[in-house]
Amino acid sequence: MIRLSVPFRQALSRLSFPLMLAASLGTVLIGRADPNVSDRVRAGIDDLLAPLYHAVSGPIQAAEHGTGAIGHLFALSQENAQLREQNAELLQWQEVAMALQAQNNALKASLNYVPSPTPQFSTGEVAADLGGVYARSVLVLVPPADGNTQSLVGAVAMDGRGVAGRVVEAGERSARVLLITDINSRIPVALGASGAPALMAGNNGPDPSLLYWAPGQPPAEGAMVLTSAQGGAFPPGLPVGVVHYDAQNNPVVLPLASLDALRLLRLFSYPDNLPELTPIPHTKPDSKPAAKAHSRKH
Amino acid sequence: MVQGPALRRPLTLWRRLDTASRWAFPGFMLVLGLIVIGMPFGLPNQAALRPVYAMACVYFWSLYRPASLPTPLVALCGVLLDLLGLSPLGLWAVILLLLQLATIAARRRLAPARFIVTWGAFTGFAIIAAGLAWAAQSLLELRLLPATPVLWESLFAAGLYPLLARLLIRAHRTAAAVELA
Repeated sequence: MIRLSVPFRQALSRLSFPLMLAASLGTVLIGRADPNVSDRVRAGIDDLLAPLYHAVSGPIQAAEHGTGAIGHLFALSQENAQLREQNAELLQWQEVAMALQAQNNALKASLNYVPSPTPQFSTGEVAADLGGVYARSVLVLVPPADGNTQSLVGAVAMDGRGVAGRVVEAGERSARVLLITDINSRIPVALGASGAPALMAGNNGPDPSLLYWAPGQPPAEGAMVLTSAQGGAFPPGLPVGVVHYDAQNNPVVLPLASLDALRLLRLFSYPDNLPELTPIPHTKPDSKPAAKAHSRKH
Repeated sequence: MVQGPALRRPLTLWRRLDTASRWAFPGFMLVLGLIVIGMPFGLPNQAALRPVYAMACVYFWSLYRPASLPTPLVALCGVLLDLLGLSPLGLWAVILLLLQLATIAARRRLAPARFIVTWGAFTGFAIIAAGLAWAAQSLLELRLLPATPVLWESLFAAGLYPLLARLLIRAHRTAAAVELA
């Protein structure tokens, strides 16, 4: 222990509170001025804790009734019969889909259709679905990034059925996905077969709400909600959910992705040069904006 | 349990270690608890539990053993809470420090009071702190955030404090008791 004189120690103890309060307020200012600081520290802590989270969540997910492995044991034969029935039905649909695909290909060939670029993707297990008091996000374990941890930021996260969110920060072995239900999530979407534009806004509840649809075209109950390329953040045509009117008669989106029980997420990193309108570059703006602007002119 | 007058015993290395560990116990348990509560147990409204736990620890230790929870540690725990809980960096550090200040200011009244009084005081402090966090975060994000988490935090604070206090009182008398080293 360091020996200090008594008056000095008293002064120190009296000063420590205002000093710490000032330091904390300073931290708020720093976090406000440069959000990257907190993102980076948070990504570091997430990386550190991700294996721990995974060790805890594994057995809990297995034991969960209904969705987990142990829950499945009790309903094996029932589920088997149900699956067989579904399988037969799906085989019929597969034929329909194949026929439609062939037709679609033929039509595209006669239209000189430019196929959208295939995205790179990595699959990750969801280690924790925590979020904060006012935030909805999950932590995904990702294969180790070779130095370039920022390559995953902005990737679109999808589970088996639809869009679940976007990667907001990425570390060496974990990435945080902001879910579409988070209050900070705003996603441009296209509604129904006509592709009428609207904005899907998270509200921290289970179903994100729909805003800014065209006055003449109110969203129809049951209409499919797909992502739209407006703003350039998302590629067009990814399935998000279905329109539904809630008890207050406000249109909301029922997400296709099972956001309460996410197990695996695929993170799609779409290339920068999407063929559609992309005024905003897909990666973070600090990666050589001048060069990018130059290349876009050509 | 008390082994004679502690002052006369020689200050050996083991005894120093014992003292240091007892002194560090509250802070260590606070940090450990924050991380453990962060584990994905799948409890409903689990995120609201973390600030309540931090507030209960800061309140209890500031009330009964202020030397064991120095202000820098409280500020650090606040920052950790912000990092784990996705709130603006430094927000909970400020709130926990204010809570500590309020508790220490009311210490002379609260420390000898009956349990139900300290419980009520904590619930009051927690509601104010949760409301403050909500208001500050709404202000920082320039958006009216939903207020239901404040309700949950208040309910958790009122409901879980007796349980936590029972554990903390036991720790206060054994593992954290510097004078028993």
